[in-house]
Amino acid sequence: MPECAEPVSRPVPPPVNATAPSSPTHPAGAAPLAIELVGIDKSFGQVHANKDIHLAVKRGTIHGIIGENGAGKSTLMSILYGFYQADRGEIRVGGVPTVIRDSQAAIAAGIGMVHQHFMLVENFTVLENVMLGAEGGAFLKPGISRARAELKRLETEYALDVDPDAVIESLPVGRQQRVEILKALYRGADILILDEPTGVLTPAEADHLFRILRVLRDQGKTVILITHKLREIMAITDAVSVMRRGEMVATRTTAETTVEELAELMVGRRVLLKVDKGPAHPGPVALQVKNLTVRDHRGVTMVDDVSFDVRAGEIVGIAGVAGNGQSELLEALAGIRRPSSGDILIDGASTLGADPAMLRRRGLAHVPEDRHHMGLVLKFEEYENSILGYQDDPRFLNGPFMDIDAIRADAREKIAKYDIRPPNCRLKTANFSGGNQQKIVLAREIERDPTVLIIGQPTRGVDIGAIEFIHKRIVEMRDAGKAILLVSVELDEIRALADRVVVMFAGRVVGEKTPDASEQALGLMMAGIAA
Amino acid sequence: MSAASVPLPRWVTFGLMPALNLAVAFLISGLVVAFIGESPLEAVEVLLTGALGSGEGIGYTLFYATNFIFTGLAVAVAFHCGLFNIGGEGQAYLGGLGAALVALSLGEVLPWYATMPVAVLAAALFGAAWALIPAWLQASRGSHIVITTIMFNFIGAALMVYLLVNILKVPGAMAPETRTFAEGGQLPKLAFPFELFGARLGAAPFNVSFVIALLMAVLVWLLIWRTRLGYEIRATGTNPTAAIYAGIPYRRTVIVTMLISGGLAGMMALNPVMGASARLQVEFVGGAGFVGIAVALMGRSHPLGIVFAAILFGVLYQGGAELSFWIPSITRDMIVVIQGLVILFAGALENMFRPALARLFWRVPTASSVKA
Amino acid sequence: MDLFTAAVLVLDSTVRLTIPLLFAALAGLFSERAGVFDIGLEGKMLAGAFAAGSIAIVTGSPYLALVGAILVSVALSLVHGFASITAKGNQIVSGVAINFVAAGLTVLLGQNWFSQGGRTPQLPNTARFNPIELPGAAAVRDVPVVGYLYAELISGHSILVYLAFLAVPFSWWALYRTRFGLRLRAVGENPGAVDTAGISVEWLRYRAVIVAGIFCGLSGAYLAIAQSAGFIKDMTAGKGYIALAALIFAKWKPVPVMFACLLFGFLDAVAIRLQGTPVPLVGEVPVQIFQALPYILTCILLAGFIGTAIPPKAGGVPYTKER
Repeated sequence: MPECAEPVSRPVPPPVNATAPSSPTHPAGAAPLAIELVGIDKSFGQVHANKDIHLAVKRGTIHGIIGENGAGKSTLMSILYGFYQADRGEIRVGGVPTVIRDSQAAIAAGIGMVHQHFMLVENFTVLENVMLGAEGGAFLKPGISRARAELKRLETEYALDVDPDAVIESLPVGRQQRVEILKALYRGADILILDEPTGVLTPAEADHLFRILRVLRDQGKTVILITHKLREIMAITDAVSVMRRGEMVATRTTAETTVEELAELMVGRRVLLKVDKGPAHPGPVALQVKNLTVRDHRGVTMVDDVSFDVRAGEIVGIAGVAGNGQSELLEALAGIRRPSSGDILIDGASTLGADPAMLRRRGLAHVPEDRHHMGLVLKFEEYENSILGYQDDPRFLNGPFMDIDAIRADAREKIAKYDIRPPNCRLKTANFSGGNQQKIVLAREIERDPTVLIIGQPTRGVDIGAIEFIHKRIVEMRDAGKAILLVSVELDEIRALADRVVVMFAGRVVGEKTPDASEQALGLMMAGIAA
Repeated sequence: MSAASVPLPRWVTFGLMPALNLAVAFLISGLVVAFIGESPLEAVEVLLTGALGSGEGIGYTLFYATNFIFTGLAVAVAFHCGLFNIGGEGQAYLGGLGAALVALSLGEVLPWYATMPVAVLAAALFGAAWALIPAWLQASRGSHIVITTIMFNFIGAALMVYLLVNILKVPGAMAPETRTFAEGGQLPKLAFPFELFGARLGAAPFNVSFVIALLMAVLVWLLIWRTRLGYEIRATGTNPTAAIYAGIPYRRTVIVTMLISGGLAGMMALNPVMGASARLQVEFVGGAGFVGIAVALMGRSHPLGIVFAAILFGVLYQGGAELSFWIPSITRDMIVVIQGLVILFAGALENMFRPALARLFWRVPTASSVKA
Repeated sequence: MDLFTAAVLVLDSTVRLTIPLLFAALAGLFSERAGVFDIGLEGKMLAGAFAAGSIAIVTGSPYLALVGAILVSVALSLVHGFASITAKGNQIVSGVAINFVAAGLTVLLGQNWFSQGGRTPQLPNTARFNPIELPGAAAVRDVPVVGYLYAELISGHSILVYLAFLAVPFSWWALYRTRFGLRLRAVGENPGAVDTAGISVEWLRYRAVIVAGIFCGLSGAYLAIAQSAGFIKDMTAGKGYIALAALIFAKWKPVPVMFACLLFGFLDAVAIRLQGTPVPLVGEVPVQIFQALPYILTCILLAGFIGTAIPPKAGGVPYTKER
């Protein structure tokens, strides 16, 4: 985890508040605004993504925009970058009302954007990527030497070292991101928008990014940082605006606010991160992972000699920054990815070579990390998804035919039990909210009465009400004697649910703690610093 | 969410939009007819009369439709698995070999009803075999099935020409074709439904393959929406990652789907080979494999839609033949043009009117909710 | 005829048979590198050939015919562009449709205009692109080997042949040394990168399909008014698909495209040469083997037995801004 405390050396910026009038000591014009959004409004069909947004970002500051998934942050920034047009409202850049019809206009206005999914051509070199769209003439040759010189200058000025001749796909993610920043700076961006930039970074890479951002700010650039991670806001921003359900609910000076206040503003009421649960009564070992090593499709070792046990009746949490091997571990456990060495045992018997279908028959249930890509077929009707993975269950079959009536009856039962809304098993799954989709997955996996339950990111993109419900169900499963492995990048979730915490870093298990270990101790382990 | 992904009522998506697309295709076909100096209205009249105006016309129409039901189903089954089988042409060609071999051997000694089941099986088997290598290349090697099936169309054509010219041809004869099948190798015509209505089938080669085609449509419906395999095919086709998560083996599903698809395409050969010409000839498929793409698209990959779309194309084929007879300047190539335009507008441009319709439909509820 | 002369003649006909493939494969190269799959090469060639044949017989000018062929082919390209770029339709289906329309319309109009069963009338030499004698060809013809090669193989082709071979380095240069090429390659790999760089993805892809149209027009014109003396029904006879196979065989790279086309052209030339003549030891080789070989080779390549062919990443997918 990046540092949590405020760096002392940072000058305390003047208070920033979009709605309050400027204080007398700062008359208008003294602290110029880089960006001002006035009454921005945007709907997609019936979804009101941005409601009458007002925002003021001061020049030479790092301004955070925080909110839950789906709060409308990305839409707002896409409007600022010309990807979408606002239905109403005005954008002022440097005090001048500016119409941003497309990315070209945004670039011309000095706005650069680092997208969550990098907009890089993977088989191009760094230089080619930087030049794309700013080639400086119909022929490449003259532009190349100019670009090379400019990259050199940017590199020294902002500590952004990248080999200009490296091919993108050969670079680690952190460096790819730097290319994105270079692209924006090369086009003369004064205002840099970063959309969830740390989601894919290791802690060290994130630290490096933050150093770069500070340098950028100190050189007079304005940085807008979109994130849903409170820690990042506290660590690096000067001011922060909070979005909730398409509305801009508050703007605060970072130094004058607290994590608790921001969290409350984000969700609209106090978060109950404490889950009601009694002590665990662990039984015999149900899931055993022995010296497991997993490589990805490029042959890079993602899970490196990992061993741990999960007993019946306990929840073991795997903590770690995203991308440290958790996803590959889950996929190996679920039989989706073949381990290159080591063993996985359920109730003492090896599962090597078993495919997902065989593992299900042996009592393994799997709530995958990404319900959209893995857990559900969004175009299917709800009832069809309610048997995904269990389509070979004789209860639902009638010879070679599916017993549609039995499947629908079963789906309706689960809908009632898990309060899935709307309660219609004929509805297309894509039309359910994130929380209800997750309940569909959870109901399907839990109701099979598995011996071992592995769960990835159970509450990602899920509304607060559903989070509580899901957490409660997981604890109930534990109390019913199931062995549960929980992978989450939300440390708070791990600490609230797990009975033991295993920390992963760079594919390895760095240590095990009890959930009452201090956040700081766990954070250091997740950063690979302490064991 | 752009206007293109805004949900529209089902009757718009499945009724109004295809109708509009067809209308545009026909309109442009009309312009082509006018361009070569003929009256489009007269052409339509001749076309419809020719296709539907007599028992014989209807017989021909349904005969052509039979081909398209088979190839349309073949394309549709692959579509459900997210595969684009553009190789129906080659699979049907090879299917003809299977059917012909049975007709030439068993047909000599057995009555048609005993030969038929074996011929159906052989045609399907040969068609499936021709889909096997592209299927395996897709499933195991990740080679794009569109490309490999195109390649196999040409390889198949070369193979069949070689066989017909060098091996199957009647010695001494000029035409590269097999000898005429014996009675037991021919599928009988279906005249009685026509006689029921007092019409006459005449020379139309409408035969029992039509019944097999309809049976296949029902079986495909059952397969896709009522069996576990169909569920697995659809899951793989819409979200392959989720399918793997669900323990559905990708390779097996792709290969089985393509075998079914190739088999359906292969069965198409029964109709022209055993039902009409009673011998195996070069290029008897005549583009029906490609028309299957249009039929599947228009029928939205649903067997019922496919049967209707196939009949529509049957009307075009038969009507087009009549057209070239009565209005010689409108040659049979006009059918090819119309097919192309239908494929273009009902297929590639299927969503052309969607944004406009979406705007139309989203304005209406907003206006009414303001009043309420 | 000695073996050397026979070999040179086969190579000479290889060159002639390569040209339509080469133009068409370069057309596919520009289109597919920009992310627009194009199986409608065949149809565009055919339409171009028909336009060339018709205009040449009416006006007597091969140059007007060439321009007409290009315009007609570009028009079909724009239809494909509209379907696959603007209307975000299925690019394969659109290509199939164009092949159908071209196959039908050329014969329908040909019959109506010229009443020769879909062909255009035989062209006089003045309305065609005729062989060009390169300087000194006649003088060096009798110089053994080199001179003969120059006179028979290098000299004596129409201007379009030389244009086709010049188009290869030109395509390489355009793709790898110009802004247009950089953007075109980028849009076939990651249109999002192009869009966020402030470049219009749609206009860029339209330009790519227009280039494809120009090349297909050249290909068609070569068939009708250089190689032959008029348009013949279905005269492309699958060449558009062989070009597509060559493009894949060359892994979407300009110079290998030329070699792939030469290889496939050579197979065709050998097939023609061997027709009806038994090969020593082997006997008569069925011509169908040579016809099928380009496709078989491409399938073997696709199977990954001769390196791997990785298509442009964004190929076949219409671009929509993600939300």
